[in-house]
Amino acid sequence: MDSLQLILLILVAAIAGMGSVLDEAQTHRPLIACTLVGLVLGDITTGIILGGTLELLALGWMNVGAAMAPDAALASVISAILVIVGHQSIGAGIAVAIPIAAAGQVLTIFVRTITVFFQHLADKYAAEGNTRGIEMCHFLGLMLQAIRVAVPAAIVGVLAGTDAVNAMLAAIPEVITRGLQVSGGFIVVVGYAMVINMMNAKSLMPFFFIGFLLAAFTNFNLIGFGAAGVIAAIFHIKSIANEGNVANASGVDAVDDSDLL
Amino acid sequence: MTEKKVTKSDLVSMFIRSNFLLGSFNFERMQSIGFCVSLIPVLKKLYQGEELKLALKRHLEFFNTQPFVATSIMGITAAMEEQKANGANIDEGSISGVKIGLMGPLAGVGDPIFWGTLRPVLAALGAGLALTGSIIGPLIFFISFNIIRLATNWYGIFYGYEKGTQLVSEMGGNKLRYLTEGSSVLGLLVMGALVSKWTSINMPFVLSKYTAANGKEVVTTIQSVLDSLIPGLVPLLLTFACMYLLKKNVNPLVIIFGLFAVGIVGYACGLLA
Repeated sequence: MDSLQLILLILVAAIAGMGSVLDEAQTHRPLIACTLVGLVLGDITTGIILGGTLELLALGWMNVGAAMAPDAALASVISAILVIVGHQSIGAGIAVAIPIAAAGQVLTIFVRTITVFFQHLADKYAAEGNTRGIEMCHFLGLMLQAIRVAVPAAIVGVLAGTDAVNAMLAAIPEVITRGLQVSGGFIVVVGYAMVINMMNAKSLMPFFFIGFLLAAFTNFNLIGFGAAGVIAAIFHIKSIANEGNVANASGVDAVDDSDLL
Repeated sequence: MTEKKVTKSDLVSMFIRSNFLLGSFNFERMQSIGFCVSLIPVLKKLYQGEELKLALKRHLEFFNTQPFVATSIMGITAAMEEQKANGANIDEGSISGVKIGLMGPLAGVGDPIFWGTLRPVLAALGAGLALTGSIIGPLIFFISFNIIRLATNWYGIFYGYEKGTQLVSEMGGNKLRYLTEGSSVLGLLVMGALVSKWTSINMPFVLSKYTAANGKEVVTTIQSVLDSLIPGLVPLLLTFACMYLLKKNVNPLVIIFGLFAVGIVGYACGLLA
């Protein structure tokens, strides 16, 4: 890896790190982060394939409320570097991604705890009416999140492809990398389960089964399911709107009754 | 005294800053600095000196909601601050009250729509294409998600500002419920399809093998038996098992490691391929 590539790699890692806290542009998602790493390291196709594989794995990883998901940013960047520079299989990429996602989760929790310091610094600047100071606190917090991914990426970027690292990855037995690839096919159910639990809508589960049966017995593609879902949603909204009308009507009755009394 | 007015360019600047709402997320007051920083262009326009200090302080209070729907709270807050700066009888408590009162219900709408439906559906669509090595996969995810996100942020700020506190009463109506439930229906239906189609479990373990009358060899594996019942039955059961474990507060990474172990052991024994 030449020095220009290393600089670009650090930049991409920083963007992924910032994306992991902002959750706006989704640059921390494997699909984007692995593709960008692939682009920088000159093998975009491998980046895209690894990104797609890890994205399915991480489908349900989301920060809702104060809960922290496993960290997709660090996992995507590091595993893409190892797979592309070290010429490893996608299976080996999955094998390293998961423990790194756990490590990244610990790192981001650490950073989000240190940022409490900036919160108090911002209070001080507010008391002085210093808006620049508050803005500085905000973006320093963001910088820490960028650094937390960029530094590990730089280290792995320098070490990847060296004999020591390749020997380490080669030491993973085939039964493990193949087994991981096999589980990669169905591990996505954890993500689905997280999404369904988050929706917390037991009364809407029949729609889940409609989708399941349509997929089991037809050849719809995802666009087809999307269209079927929109139609089902329209019917559902109409039916709850009618319910509301019925409730309103009975509400009027109740008022009339009390008037009579 | 001339009337203090929030201009369009202040709102545009608020829109740009709203893209960094979570930048300094911390476990004490979460998105509080981000909210304050987003409002700074408006606050600087409306207040000076002591009043500005007080305004900055009240927007450094605890704040946390889904980041895209947060923009409508920013819009409403800007409208309230404008009225206050022009002498309307709005005390600090009512501004904080509106913020705190809205962040829970709005997160309740934003989480299922954006994290529960939009992102997984677009990501699954993109990832499916990406597995073939096509650049269209990541592009379709990135572009379509961000168009919808930016439109939501822009519309949230301008609509929130225009309607002001009027919007708070509107949100009590049925519209938001329709939106949440409608998107949950779409999300769940697609999720059901994904469970069946976009997971692969292959159990080539041979149950019986015989040569049929026409001379063809018929092999029955666990997989062929299951497929003849309902394709995708095993992923469905696995999904329910995961939902149960997650509800019991098992860390998702523990479940993922568990499934890895299943995959490795299954492959080693020849049960899975």
